[in-house]
Amino acid sequence: MYAQLVKTAGSGVKSREEMSENEQDFQNRVDADQKIEPKDWMPDDYRATLIRQIGQHAHSEIVGQLPEGNWITRAPTLERKAILLAKVQDEAGHGLYLYCAAETLGVTRDELTEELLSGRMKYSSIFNYPTLNWADIGAVGWLVDGAAIMNQVPLQRTSYGPYSRAMIRICKEESFHQRQGYDIMMKMAQGTDAQKKMAQDALNRLWYPSLMMFGPSDKDSVHSAQSLAWKIKIDTNDELRQRFVDQTVPQAKYLGLTIPDENLKWNEERGAHDYSDPNWSEFFDVIKGNGPCNTDRMNTRIKAWEDGAWVREGLMAHADKKAARKQAMTAAE
Amino acid sequence: MQDQDALFQFLLRMGDNTLVLGHRVSEWCGVSPVLEEDIALANTALDMIGQTQFWLGLAGEVEGKGRTADDLAFLRDVWDFRNVLLVELPNGDFGQTLMRQFLFDAWASIMLGHLMTSTDKRVADIAEKASKEVAYHVERSAGTVVGLGDGTPESHAKMQAALDLLYPYVGELFESDDVDAAMVSAGIAPDPASLRDAYDALIERVLTEATLTVPASKFTHKGGRTGYMHTEHLGHMLTQMQWLQRAYPGATW
Repeated sequence: MYAQLVKTAGSGVKSREEMSENEQDFQNRVDADQKIEPKDWMPDDYRATLIRQIGQHAHSEIVGQLPEGNWITRAPTLERKAILLAKVQDEAGHGLYLYCAAETLGVTRDELTEELLSGRMKYSSIFNYPTLNWADIGAVGWLVDGAAIMNQVPLQRTSYGPYSRAMIRICKEESFHQRQGYDIMMKMAQGTDAQKKMAQDALNRLWYPSLMMFGPSDKDSVHSAQSLAWKIKIDTNDELRQRFVDQTVPQAKYLGLTIPDENLKWNEERGAHDYSDPNWSEFFDVIKGNGPCNTDRMNTRIKAWEDGAWVREGLMAHADKKAARKQAMTAAE
Repeated sequence: MQDQDALFQFLLRMGDNTLVLGHRVSEWCGVSPVLEEDIALANTALDMIGQTQFWLGLAGEVEGKGRTADDLAFLRDVWDFRNVLLVELPNGDFGQTLMRQFLFDAWASIMLGHLMTSTDKRVADIAEKASKEVAYHVERSAGTVVGLGDGTPESHAKMQAALDLLYPYVGELFESDDVDAAMVSAGIAPDPASLRDAYDALIERVLTEATLTVPASKFTHKGGRTGYMHTEHLGHMLTQMQWLQRAYPGATW
């Protein structure tokens, strides 16, 4: 997932009469569930919105390595360390597919990176929360990847071909991650008193930030209609959040953990759980840069990028030399 | 020395090398110079941790005291570690990390080639699996050393500095002692000293292409593979790596 509050470009959904012929043809294809491919005509606003959405998702995969990397060197067993390494490697791979998908829209990975590092583009708010005990690594897999899957499964059907195909690959790996996360939680919840305490502590801290991952409530989500019409968003924020709550409640119960919400209860009439909204002012604070880890995360990424400049330059210079030598050899033959 | 004791020590040396280096490489998570390197470093670390599970798993079996690979990794103190000093040195910059990786991979690729014909089938099987991974590691680390050595003046200078810093730790890979003599006589592993020529030829070829100069002195720091004297760095690494197992003894993770 990892795309929240993506501002949809344009001035809202146009009626058929307001659309140009190209726009009408485009919308007809989207309505008929045909994929839009990079060389096809597309509205500028569609392109701009997709770049923001895919870029934000890619950035989230990259920054998302950090809270998990925080525990790789402290993983309690060799197997757990290997699983976590494999997961973080998958996430970097997801970032790579997504940057590639964004590149088909005419923006480079370096340009997107600059946007991230300058703060003009965002990543998911969830990664601005810390991972404080080992159960957090379980909870990140269970809740954060769980929430991500909830959003990404429908996006496999999104209208833009390269994005849809990236989502299909990503979803396969994410569901694996979620199962591994849940497995950590099981071990912790069935473990010693200290481990149970870690598990509950992780759930207490990560529950509401996980609910925030779906973005603001539909009534406050002004940009959704156009993105829904373009099928770059398939379900509304509240629909996805509800589905996530309904899926997660029995899982928490099975673990013997308590979701930190006194208002959480099954509503027979709605056939769904009633639950408390997260604190939206906290959410907007995090988005503005005031989350517990925003500064650390950005400084870490900026430092990595700056420290790595000589490596990127060195490897480029070598590639150029190699190409020049090859050319000289061909010329001499 | 009893054969089983010697085999146990030999297996610890193999497993501790991959454990400690795998851990060091994993410290790069999320902060490498470019996304492809994040993926490659995580992959390298993952392979090395996987190899550790095999080597230390077999070590525990050979020891016969019921210790698992995890017990050996997380519940021994510094003096019981048998890795060479090279792999426990801090990462430094990216160039230093990749130079250390290359100097190790070159040795591992030659060593594993010999171990594939070990008289101990368990050793030969692990070597066969690991050698496939290491063939890729050495190709990648050599390629990066060449790219950065023969890159910009800045990258060249950094790679030469990394080589100068790390080369005095290379010789320990080729030290021989009673453990090695026992392995040679049982046909389990080659004499480390016998691998040096092939190693020198390999690194000479790559470092020449990288326009780097191998230091003239063959002086070597040692003390890791015997456990006599590690660097100060290993203890700090273990405090982090072993923390959960030490703080919550007996828990299942």
